[in-house]
Formats: sequence, C-alpha cells, structure tokens
Amino acid sequence: MIDPLPLRLKANRSTLKNRTIAKITRIHQQKERRSDYFYITNNPNEKDIDNYSAVISYDYNDKIEADQNIVFFDADVIQQITDGTIVAINPDGRMHLLFRPESPHNTLFTTNSCNNNCLMCSQPPHDDNIEEMAKEQMKILDLIDNPPELLGLTGGEPTLLDGWLIDILSRINDQLPSSQIHMLTNGRRYADSEYCTKIAKIGNPNFLSLIPLFADNSVDHDYVVQSNGAFDETIRGIYNAAAMGLRIEVRVVLHKQTIPRLPELMEFIYRNLPFVEHVALMGLENMGYVKKNWETLWIDPIDYHEPLTEAVKHLFYRGIPVSIYNLQMCVVPEQLRSFMRNSISDYKNIYLTECSQCTLRSLCGGLFASSEKLHSRGIKAQKNHSVREFTT
Amino acid sequence: MFMPRSSFEKENNTYQFLPFRFERWGDNRFFLSNEVGEFTFLGVKAFRDFINQELCTSSVEFKNLSAKHFLFQDSSTVHLDLLASKYRTKRAFLDGFTKLHIFVTTLRCNQSCPYCQVSRKDEQAAINHFDMSVHTLRKSIELMLSSPAPHVTMEFQGGEPLLNFELIRQGVEIAKELNQSIGKEIDFVICTNLVTLTDEHLDFCEKEGVLLSTSLDGPEALHNRNRPFQGGGGSYDAVVRGIRRAQEALGKHSVSALMTTTRHSLEHADAIVDEYLKLDMGSIFIRELNPYGFAIKTANSIGYSSSEFVQFYKKVFERIIEVNRQGRTFSEAFASLILTKVLTPWPIGFVDLQSPAGAGLGVVVYNYDGDVYTSDEGRMLAEAQDTMFRMGNVHEDDYDQIFFGEKMQEIAAASCNEALAGCSDCAFQNYCGADPVRNHRTQHDMFGHRAKKGTFCDRNKPIIRYLIETLDAADADLQSILWAWIRREDVNDMQVGKIK
Repeated sequence: MIDPLPLRLKANRSTLKNRTIAKITRIHQQKERRSDYFYITNNPNEKDIDNYSAVISYDYNDKIEADQNIVFFDADVIQQITDGTIVAINPDGRMHLLFRPESPHNTLFTTNSCNNNCLMCSQPPHDDNIEEMAKEQMKILDLIDNPPELLGLTGGEPTLLDGWLIDILSRINDQLPSSQIHMLTNGRRYADSEYCTKIAKIGNPNFLSLIPLFADNSVDHDYVVQSNGAFDETIRGIYNAAAMGLRIEVRVVLHKQTIPRLPELMEFIYRNLPFVEHVALMGLENMGYVKKNWETLWIDPIDYHEPLTEAVKHLFYRGIPVSIYNLQMCVVPEQLRSFMRNSISDYKNIYLTECSQCTLRSLCGGLFASSEKLHSRGIKAQKNHSVREFTT
Repeated sequence: MFMPRSSFEKENNTYQFLPFRFERWGDNRFFLSNEVGEFTFLGVKAFRDFINQELCTSSVEFKNLSAKHFLFQDSSTVHLDLLASKYRTKRAFLDGFTKLHIFVTTLRCNQSCPYCQVSRKDEQAAINHFDMSVHTLRKSIELMLSSPAPHVTMEFQGGEPLLNFELIRQGVEIAKELNQSIGKEIDFVICTNLVTLTDEHLDFCEKEGVLLSTSLDGPEALHNRNRPFQGGGGSYDAVVRGIRRAQEALGKHSVSALMTTTRHSLEHADAIVDEYLKLDMGSIFIRELNPYGFAIKTANSIGYSSSEFVQFYKKVFERIIEVNRQGRTFSEAFASLILTKVLTPWPIGFVDLQSPAGAGLGVVVYNYDGDVYTSDEGRMLAEAQDTMFRMGNVHEDDYDQIFFGEKMQEIAAASCNEALAGCSDCAFQNYCGADPVRNHRTQHDMFGHRAKKGTFCDRNKPIIRYLIETLDAADADLQSILWAWIRREDVNDMQVGKIK
C-alpha cells in the first residue's frame, strides 16, 4: 500500500491561544501582510520574525526566541507542507491542512450539520457553530493566492449555513471567477424558492450543484437518507434550481439499497430531470456510518455488473453524460471502463500491492484508503490489456 | 439510531391512481401508458391487483408504477409537479402556435402522378390563372410574420413551385425584408420534383439557405410508374439527376425525400430502401396514400387496404434495420417520430402526429388565390367544392379572423384525441394524433368513427403497436440503432464502451 498524504498533523508544542488559520511560508513576507502567514524557520539567529500569526520551528530547536506564538513540529512532518498551503493550528497543536495549492482536490468543509442522516454517510453529521464555520471559510478564501482549477464545497449540508453560504458563494464568485465550483448538497433547501433565487442571482457560470438521488420513489430514498419528506424536497429543489438556471449533477452511491432499482432510477432521471448535465455513479467509501451499516450496504461491485451496465447504457443511449467514480478497473465490466473517472481525492487514495502488477494502473483511480482491508474480491491485476484500449 | 425501512413505508398500504390507459398485450400481459407517454407492462395478475388497489406496496411492480407516475400515495406529493412539468414539455409544440406556413405559388405542374393529392394544372396553363400574385404573396407573408412563433418554416409548394421560381425568389426576399424589424428565425423549404432544377436555382438555395424536399418512390420502373410526366414518360432520371446535383451543391443534409406507397410499391420493399441507399440519403419516410384529390379516383388501380400497407411498412422497416446492423446509419422517419414520443420526455413538431391536430394550429396553407386552408388536404377538398377547411382569405380577413374564427374553433374541437371516442381510452393516445380533415373526407364527420376501415387509426395503431413490440424485444444492437435515429447520431457511435 502506498500512503496517502495526511491532512491532519500534530505539533509537539504550541503556544497558540486560539485556533488560527494562516498560510505556510518559508520566505519572509512584508510586515503588514505577516498576520496571514505561519513562518517556518529553524535558524536560531533569524532576526525580524515579528508579526507572523506564528513561527513554526522543528526538531525542538528551543533556541528560537520570539515575542510571539511559536509551534514546534518534527522536521519530517513539516517538510511535507508546501509554501502557500493554508492550515489551521489549534492551541493543542493539532494542525489541519485546509487548502493545498498543488492539489486538484481542494474542498471547503462548510459545516458538520446536516438535515439528512444517510445510511452510508462517510462524514457523520453533528451540529456545530455555523457562524464560526462560515467565518473560517471566508478566511480561507481570502488567503488563496492562485485560483484553483476546481474548488469543492462539502459538509454536512452547506445550505444549512443559510445566509453565510450566500456570502461565501458571492466571495468565491468575486475572488475565484475562473475556478470550477462543485458544491455537494442534498438540494432540499433549493425547494425554498427565495433561497434558491439568492444563489442563482450570484450568477456564477462555473457553479455546479452535486445532488444525491438514491431512488425513483420517496420510500426508498427517504429510507436511505433517513429523513421523511427528503425525496419530495430534493426533487422540488432540483426543479427550482434548474428553472433558475443553476447547473446540476446527480449523484448515486452504489450499495445494496440502491443497486436493485438502479436502471429504473436512470429512467426516472431521464424522464423527470433530463436537464441534469451529468450523472455520477459512485462506489461506496468505507468510512463513517458505512462501517456501522456494513451488512445493510455492502454489495461487491463484481456482483452488480448487470444493473450497473444497464444503468450506464440507459443514460448513454439517451445522451446524458454518465461516469463511474470510486471503482477499480478490474471490478467493472470491460464495456464500462471508458466511463470510469479517477475521482478519489489524492489525500485518501491508495493502490494495493496487487495493483503494482496491473497494466491498467495508470488509468485506474485506485481505492479509498479506507478500503485497504475491505474491498471487492474481484481486485486483480489486469495483465492482458493496454491502456490504449480504454482511452481516446 | 437508524430507522428501519418500514418506518418510511406508508400506513395501511393504500394508494391512489393517476390517469393511465391500457391495452391487452398477448395472453399474459397488459401494456399501460400515462398522460406523458411513459409506459410499462404488467402481468395479468399484477394488473388485476393494481386496478383492485390490492397491489403489494413493496413489490417491484408497485415501485415501477409509482416511479412512472401511474399511482401515488398521500405521503408524497411531488408527483404532481413532475407530471405537470412533463405534460408541459410534451405539449411544447403548441408554444408559439402555427409554425409551418405553406405557400402554393402555382398550381401548374410538369408531372401527372396518379396519386397526386394536390390539384394541379398543365404546365402550359394560363399563368395568371393559377399562379400566386405578388400581392397575395406579400399579404400571406405578413400573416406568417404575425404568428407568435419565434421560429417559422416557409415552405413553397405547388403544383411544381420551380415552374414559378421568380415568385419563390420574391417570397424569400419579401420575407427577409419584412422580418428585419420582427426578428423571427425563418427556415425556407422548396417542395419540388427537381425536374427543372437549374444552377440558378441551386445558387439561390445556397445563398439564401433554402432546403429542398423532393419525392422519390423507389427504383426506376416503380418511380416512373408512380410519377410520370405530363404527356408521358417517367421522371426517374430527372429526379435522380436533381438529387445528385443538389447534394453536391448544397450538401447531403439539405435534400430530403418522401416516398409515397402505391399498390405497385408493395412488392418492392427491399428495392425501395436500396434505391435510397444508392442515392446516399440519410432517411426515408414511408407514406401511405391519402384519400384526397386525384388519388381517390384512381384508388382502384393504385390503392390498397390499411393492413396491406402495415405489412409493407413492416417489410421496409425490417430491411432498414438490417442495413443499420451492417453499420450504415439510415432511419425511417415515421418510426423516429413515434419512438421519440414513446421513449423520450420531448415533444415532436410533426403536424400529423399531434393532439390538438396540426390543421391550422401547427400548419397553414396560403393558396395561390389568397384563400387560407388548414392543410393541403383542406385545400384539395375546396377544389371539389367542399370548403369546410377554408379558414379565410388573405385579402378579406385579418389574422384573428383566420386563426381564431368560428371555422378554426369548430375544427379545433375535433382535433384533440383526448376527447375523441375510441381515442380517449386508447393506450397509444399519446403517441398518435387526430385527423379531422381525413375523417371529414372519408366519413363526412370531422370527429369520425375509429372502427371504420381506412381510418387514421386503422393505419397508425398497428404500426405504433409494432414499433413498441420491436422495442420490447430489442437486443442491445437494435436499441442502439433506434436511439441513433432518435438522437440523429451515427449508429457506429452508439455502441456502449466503444472509444471514438
């Protein structure tokens, strides 16, 4: 197994009094901008290190003296972090990487709160202080130097930030006009026309809502998201959003509760939501609630070849773009391999030892780190293929 | 902390019906369709359970019926929003009102086809008697541009419109000029036998973006028999030459052809298809003879029964599928229209397959003499002194009088198959249309009786049923072919997983 990059690190000692968000730098910044930075140095003779949010040093170099906050890490920990990375450091020394300029998978984590409670949630929700969360996101946006190609927003449910979300999306529109913005939302709040209008009025053509739909009927969908009335609200939300010109992708997580009616769900989407611009069929991530609900959810991908093929064909014939996320080349039928996308974020993406022998490895999205032990029994190096068979 | 599925299922398993229609399908099944064209099959037992409100709410059949909006439960109400939106979408052909405007620029023709459904005069007949005047042309264009439709088609017909080419030139010019301040999108089409096609005509079509629609009935002997010149001799060589020249000058997609079936066609299904392929055409429209105009007089020699036509249609269709299976994209236009209605949420803009019917609402005919008709067929009847479908006259009536007058209202009342006996409960209602003109002609009653021989129903219903049977039994290749037709794609690009 190849280790993915960790997003959470731990300092050996920190003098910070409050959780602080700033950017990593190893070169000196102008005085008036220093509060935006954590300055990394291990030079005891370094002069003029005032005004930074904190100075980061390593190897317990207690010789560094400063009148200000100082955080100590092990050298090998801090060396992985590039300049420009936006991090939060807590008083207890925990550091979270919030934005990495070199990564194609940056996501703003807007809130832990959610109005659904999906059986397979990888990020089980709990209530938090949305104002605090929102202010952090605004701070992160202010600190981004170069607009990323893609910026995600996720949760929890971002729309629970209410007015704050409008502020965040407006700031994104002003500050990152060239970035593709993908927001994961259950779409329920869009059923509120007034709220939906506010989002539409921001007018960001690069804004795409990624909305999960788990069934073609309310009973099955409401059961999967564990909330009565969710289906009706999500569908109304999608209609409102589309009517106001918001772009929509529909997402379906593939598990034992969604597989039996997967082709029927595709027909429902085509008949009722033919305006969606993409449908993503997504393999299960073994995180959060999935572990608890393993028996209810797990079905091996090699046991759902038929409904998956049927589903992909259904949309392909009808001209609705469709992709398969999070599955491995070896566990889907060959016919579907051109629909596969490398979708797993780099920080949680792994390949197994078996994969090193595979001729399709460079095309394959690999596995979630959480699937190292629990994964399809079909994982097997593909020996007799060439990458060219499945690429344009 | 997680609720079981049962807590999301509805108390006492009750459900209510949404509007649907059904029909027996073989010994063991029923075919059901709803107001927006979605369909499903049910076994006899499940069907009986369903209509007795005894269907188990956790069964696959129940979920299918719920997802396709044949039934609902009180706990979810979003089905009404979805149905409303789908209904609006399917009826979007009504947006903008009349879109196809046909101009009969001359009645004169150089051919004398025995099935001609429009009246025609000899090529040499007095021009000032049977050609449209510039004054009438201008008045008619003004009416066309008064239509609320943002996108209209101006179609030149005859007789043979190229015999009065100067009027076509003026028509396009006047339309473009008057449209400058109005800003509609206008498509121009000339329906011509291409016999007298010249370079001048082609230059004009290329410059002004005019499309050509012609008639090709099949291989040489058949075409010549169906479509002779005035004074004898067949027109096959002329039309083939015309098609090739037009394809070269304007591109393949600028020339389309209609095929009319006579008794002589019935034995030549394969040869007709092959003729179209030889000419590199992308599709064929297999049309039945209409009981109008000259055709009714010659019905005995060129006519056939509806069932003979349906058999012929199937033979042609099967041949076409065979061709597509070999990788040649070639569609049958009537099937493409029906399949779009059956398989997609989208409307089609085809006046013969819509409800309300297209007569007047989707299409209007400006005759050479200034009279306005609901359709070609309506104009034909007037030649035989039956003015039932004359909506008015461009010189005497204004837009409202023509399009919303008593005559139009009377016709519209007979134009909705939702309200026609025999159609109102037909499982194919959404895939079909209504034809008040044909009913009036053949039964002297615009509403018509569906069970009579030779009706619109007599032909459409078996063909629609045949196409649905074909779909029901389709293998993966056939599915990809039919979807290629619907989406106007190359059949070779429609194979799942094939990298372009």
